Amino acid sequence: MESTILKTVDFDAYFGETHAVKKVNIEIPKNNVVAVMGPSGCGKTTFLRCINRMHELIEGTTTEGKILLNNEDIYEMHPIFVRHKIGMVFQRPNPFPNLSIYDNVIAGYKLNGMKMTKPDKDVIVEQSLQKAALWNEVKDSLHKKGTFLSGGQQQRLCIARAIAMEPEVLLLDEPTSALDPISTSSIEVLLQELKKNYTLIIVTHNMQQAARVSDKTAFFYIGELIEYDNTKTMFTNPQDKRTQNYITGRFS
Amino acid sequence: MTQFEQELADVKAEVINMWQLVLLQLSKARQAMLTFDKDLAREVMAKEKRVNALELKIDGDCENIFALYCPVAIDLRFLLAALKINTNLERIGDIAEGIARYIVEAPLKFNRKVLESAQLIKMFDDSISILTDTQVAFEFENTLLARTIFSRDDVLDEINRNADSNITAYIKEGHKNISEALYILSIIRKLERVGDQSKNIAEEIIFYVEAKVLKHQ
Repeated sequence: MESTILKTVDFDAYFGETHAVKKVNIEIPKNNVVAVMGPSGCGKTTFLRCINRMHELIEGTTTEGKILLNNEDIYEMHPIFVRHKIGMVFQRPNPFPNLSIYDNVIAGYKLNGMKMTKPDKDVIVEQSLQKAALWNEVKDSLHKKGTFLSGGQQQRLCIARAIAMEPEVLLLDEPTSALDPISTSSIEVLLQELKKNYTLIIVTHNMQQAARVSDKTAFFYIGELIEYDNTKTMFTNPQDKRTQNYITGRFS
Repeated sequence: MTQFEQELADVKAEVINMWQLVLLQLSKARQAMLTFDKDLAREVMAKEKRVNALELKIDGDCENIFALYCPVAIDLRFLLAALKINTNLERIGDIAEGIARYIVEAPLKFNRKVLESAQLIKMFDDSISILTDTQVAFEFENTLLARTIFSRDDVLDEINRNADSNITAYIKEGHKNISEALYILSIIRKLERVGDQSKNIAEEIIFYVEAKVLKHQ
């Protein structure tokens, strides 16, 4: 039986008075890819940002309820520690423009003031780029700037940067929406490799991508988690009419 | 209505057209058998090409929708069901053509009493009725009606099971027209297959509407 790595209990998120995420209860199994989908404004990105405590960086935001990582409430941990354990990759590839590929990978360590020897850094850089399926393409140009890479490579560099911190969970907010189909495909292949070592939660507007890459799918609507099930069930026989309308394109 | 919804509606309309064509083929084969109208039987044989062409058209349209729209959920189930129903209907079209071919080949008109004693006329009427009801069930997503098909197929199976003894009794009575007996037996065998195909269709309708798989249960 799959063990649960992340769990939310009656979780709410607010922007001032706006109730963006409503009483969400969800269990994320370890080493799964979980897709989160729903129409714009449904709260899926807000929910994702709550999972690594980025939501609270915006003024006027509040949360209620619990998010448990390995049964420990992340809101009782230090936010920096939470972001070590729960990494995030954003919609647009965002390598640090002034840093080399090498320095981008270990940027998390540098920013947190963690000192390492050169051999340790070399190991982390190579392993992270290997895991992000980028090593073979950049091993001879590690000291070039990350922004010289193609969009798809930049996104894999951002994934390498996130996994360099050895997180347990990786959050991906529409990670391929700015990429061409070939780069998208390489990221999707990568996700299948990454799930062997990490648990992935991916927000996507691309329903076929959700169907292709995820083990479980969650459907959000107006802040509520409407349905959460195995992806095959969600895309063949969803139980809620709203889910069916959304995935079949009949949403109004 | 979106383009996708229109395409699905078009497939549904085409499948219903296929149903009506096959029903007409089966009804004409029945009429040709009862009246020994070889011209009508030849017409059924000639129109089999239309059934085949419509089958290919529906297959092609479904393939295009799969490729262009990546259907999911009820739309996916509808298209999968439409494809299988299309194949089932085409096979019923083949059966109608096969029966018509017997009429063209048979040297003498079938004896009405034999047709009745073998329950062939009832079997034909039941087959047409079952197929008509599957069409209604498909058109109106009526799974209650679809579920009635299973017990009605059992009636056709029973007639088929009794056919051997009915025909044997007929021959033992001293009737010399053995070929007539064999044609009747062959038609009964074919109509039993119409019942099986209709049952398959009913299962597909239930899969499409309720997402329940009844096959092989």
